[in-house]
Amino acid sequence: MNINEIKSQFPIFSKKINGKTLVYLDNSNSSQKPMGVINKLNNFYKNEFSNIGRSIHSLAVNATNKFEETRMSVKNFINAKFKEEIIFTKNATEAINLVATTFGQQNIEKGDEIIITELEHHSNYVPWHFLRETRKAIIKFAPINEDGDIIIDKLKELITPKTKIVAVTHLSNVTGTIIPIKEIVEIAHKKNVPVLVDGCQSVPHIKVDVSDLDCDFYAFSAHKVYGPTGVGILYGKKKWLERLPPYIGGGAMISEVKKEKIIYAQLPEKYEAGTMPTAEVIAFNESIKFMQLIGKDNLMKHEKEITNYALEKLRKINSVKIIGNPKNKAGVIAFTIKGIHPHDIATILDEDGVAIRAGHHCCQILHEKLNLIATARASIGIYNTKDDIDALCKAIENCRKIFDLK
Amino acid sequence: MDLKQLYQDIILEHGKSPRNLGICKDYSHEAKGYNPLCGDKVHVYLKLNSGKKVEGLTFEGDGCAISLASASIMTELVKGKSFDEAKEIMSAFLNMIKNTSELQSNHLDEDQKTKLMSLSGVKQFPMRVKCATLAWHTLVSAMEEKKEEVNTEVID
Repeated sequence: MNINEIKSQFPIFSKKINGKTLVYLDNSNSSQKPMGVINKLNNFYKNEFSNIGRSIHSLAVNATNKFEETRMSVKNFINAKFKEEIIFTKNATEAINLVATTFGQQNIEKGDEIIITELEHHSNYVPWHFLRETRKAIIKFAPINEDGDIIIDKLKELITPKTKIVAVTHLSNVTGTIIPIKEIVEIAHKKNVPVLVDGCQSVPHIKVDVSDLDCDFYAFSAHKVYGPTGVGILYGKKKWLERLPPYIGGGAMISEVKKEKIIYAQLPEKYEAGTMPTAEVIAFNESIKFMQLIGKDNLMKHEKEITNYALEKLRKINSVKIIGNPKNKAGVIAFTIKGIHPHDIATILDEDGVAIRAGHHCCQILHEKLNLIATARASIGIYNTKDDIDALCKAIENCRKIFDLK
Repeated sequence: MDLKQLYQDIILEHGKSPRNLGICKDYSHEAKGYNPLCGDKVHVYLKLNSGKKVEGLTFEGDGCAISLASASIMTELVKGKSFDEAKEIMSAFLNMIKNTSELQSNHLDEDQKTKLMSLSGVKQFPMRVKCATLAWHTLVSAMEEKKEEVNTEVID
């Protein structure tokens, strides 16, 4: 696999940003887009545009077919059993909200328990908090240890007859911890508790097979998988999606509308009301092709190599502290530099063309647990090279120089 | 954008060793400020005398070099000023950072102006403006005896 060839598919890397070559290390936030995806979007709007669904003119038929082709690709990409188990949403956040709202309406009553973890992104906490407010549910947090691993035994102990669902991330966007989802699903299913997985960080970087994981719901966003913004994916087991009530009402999600009653559409339309991000869903197919052409094994091998190189180099820099040391770590590296606030780090690195993120990364619970207000975070994508890591380390040295650190 | 304009020596120095850090003895007013974007926090303690003059002004906080330096410089410049003078300096500061890059105040001498001008580089870094304004908004909140915490996402 030739990384330079892969990188050359991303037009942004041939541009100068602030007069500098871009070193993009904010992939946990969002990824850059390859030409195939950009061309597909462009071509659809230029030559093929139509809304999907009801119309029977040829443009509409073509658009509908392409839209459904993406659904099929997603199904194969994450190894779902049925195409109808793939629902398109606005983003992963909406996908989790969809489950929390509809599952909550049907299954959560006062005193019922929802288990999440201390690693969760706000988008896998706030939707459940709504159920705490509206349905008086209880949220329990499965704790992490010092390394940033979830303490599985503790999670196990939290499950009671009152537990209605477990919602957990597959890969932490701060510590890079890869969570043993299969093990958690087995534990929860033994007690008949369904599991929702937040797969935002995992789908772009590790193998995801929802049939093997046996999880009940799996949510992720297209834009982190080198795809367009505006598209989220919810995988849900058919038995759940058929049973749960609809979420957003409107056109396309109905099969029959009378004054006295409404019959809802079958899956997947039941959950796809109104005009969808048609062009973006169609272009997302190109991202999946891009990922499949590289192959997850190659991708994981490359990102592991770059991650290990980064960890090794960063550890050698005085006063740099890497947050978390999980058993299984992906290319997400949160760090602090003693004496320099993460926001100052991010601003100074940006001047050298190095794009990272600083803040709490939408994980205030985790930062509070670690006694940190903010961290800096470098996150790796398929196009990152050892040169990028060298540039990161050089920019950090510059940062230390400006702040006169020894 | 020029980084040297943002991280001037005076800012780095104040950021590293902030003045008037701690709780002001016998303070009469206080307020808390919070920047939810980065988690920066500041707590301003103010002692106003009977003539509504700032007799003491200190702060506690955790934040970036820009926010600490801004708070530190603020405590130095506002001490000894009246309520109205402090508000005029604050508007002059905000105008400099958000609009003009120039500082027009009738209540600061040239040395004080130079000191405050060191923060004018922030204007070129829009994501960092709130770091510089947090302490100032919190000071006004303390003076006006507002109860709720200042939140940069709500006020700016």
